[in-house]
Amino acid sequence: MIATIDIEFTVNGKPVRISVPPRMTLVDCLRDMLGLTGSHIGCEHGVCGACSVMLDRVPIRSCLMFAVQADGAAVTTVEGLEGPDGKLSPLQEAFWDCHAMQCGYCTPGMLVAAQGLLDENPTPTSAEIREAISSNLCRCTGYQQIVEAIQLAAQRMNEGVDHA
Amino acid sequence: MKAAEFEYFRPTTLDEACGLLADTGDDADRCLLAGGQTLVPMMAMRLARPTHLIDINRITELQGIRDLGGSVEIGAGTRQRAVEKDPITRRKLPLLAAALPHVGHHQTRNRGTVGGSIVLGDASAEIPLVALILNATLIIHRRDGRRETMADGFFEGPMMTALEPGDILTTIRFPVWDGTTGSAFHEVAPRKGDYALVSAGAQVALDANGTCIRAAIGVGGCAPTPLRLQAVEDALVGQRLTDALITQAIAPVPDLIDPESSVHASAAYRRRAAPQLVQRALLDALSEARP
Repeated sequence: MIATIDIEFTVNGKPVRISVPPRMTLVDCLRDMLGLTGSHIGCEHGVCGACSVMLDRVPIRSCLMFAVQADGAAVTTVEGLEGPDGKLSPLQEAFWDCHAMQCGYCTPGMLVAAQGLLDENPTPTSAEIREAISSNLCRCTGYQQIVEAIQLAAQRMNEGVDHA
Repeated sequence: MKAAEFEYFRPTTLDEACGLLADTGDDADRCLLAGGQTLVPMMAMRLARPTHLIDINRITELQGIRDLGGSVEIGAGTRQRAVEKDPITRRKLPLLAAALPHVGHHQTRNRGTVGGSIVLGDASAEIPLVALILNATLIIHRRDGRRETMADGFFEGPMMTALEPGDILTTIRFPVWDGTTGSAFHEVAPRKGDYALVSAGAQVALDANGTCIRAAIGVGGCAPTPLRLQAVEDALVGQRLTDALITQAIAPVPDLIDPESSVHASAAYRRRAAPQLVQRALLDALSEARP
């Protein structure tokens, strides 16, 4: 039995100190040890994107990283996208308005991938949106509404309009 | 789909990493962990079961892009996305800049490293192909020394390279071409960001009269390793490049490659696609070179 390793990192802005077995992936740590079940496990080998989270503000696949590697990092999960008052973010609001989900399994990963895009590029073209979510599979194939939702979110964020 | 147990090491210096990797006094299976975008899934599927995992992500000596004028050095541990976004890449290494958006996706490029892709040596991967086309210099460290080797000859077979046990690829030095140059990279893949079924990259240099003075062309997914197409290059250098000449030069491509069939593409398909992609890359490289 290999000893666990103590790590410290922040998850959605809150400091976490935890002891993990080296082989535990970040997504398993988030879900099973921290109770953050928003990040979904789809393929568990880096193909589907359902487990996407932000690591130091850029989207990554949390099934392709061991939790020990997150020592010292800042992780944001889908649970961290909402405002401090629990209000949906403009992107989440736009997903709601455009009905950009069917079964919902890919939604957390789509939101993280899209937030990563908007953080870097506030005015993405439709092609850039498709490129950014090309990493994430929607098993319901509802991509069109997802693209529309991201476009709507970008438009609202640039206008500074609060639709909530 | 969970990795087998391993012991985890996180060196912060290259010397420390070389020492950990070289320590072979037992039957431990030591493995370096860089971006992990291939190794971690292989471990999850138990295709790789290292007993000692040496995480090299905190070694600052392996990070960064340095413009040396006639060449650009990229630390092996530099993230693919960082290289893609760096203005030095676009200005000095346009072929690499054109290829990087095809490497996986934003999420995987945010973790995956340039060196990791090269040491994996996948015949369909874009970064090894660009390293081969430009004949990059690979700088390798081990506990008892440092050596340099050329990308030409480094890729020995399917996922096999000239790297020896105990070696760490630390830097990739890409030559920068002077003068009037153009480059382009094209591929076909089942999904954007997947491994290419067939890929092609080309870089050309023209003199003041528009004559081709240098050409470097290669294809991926067409042999057990990435492949440079010397015969096509030879047919172009010294000539004024016309559409007709390019069509003639790419004619032997199906005979220069040795593709295999896979579930996504037959060998016959790859033989048809390769010359088309080479032609497209050459025409685009040429139009980039001609203002």
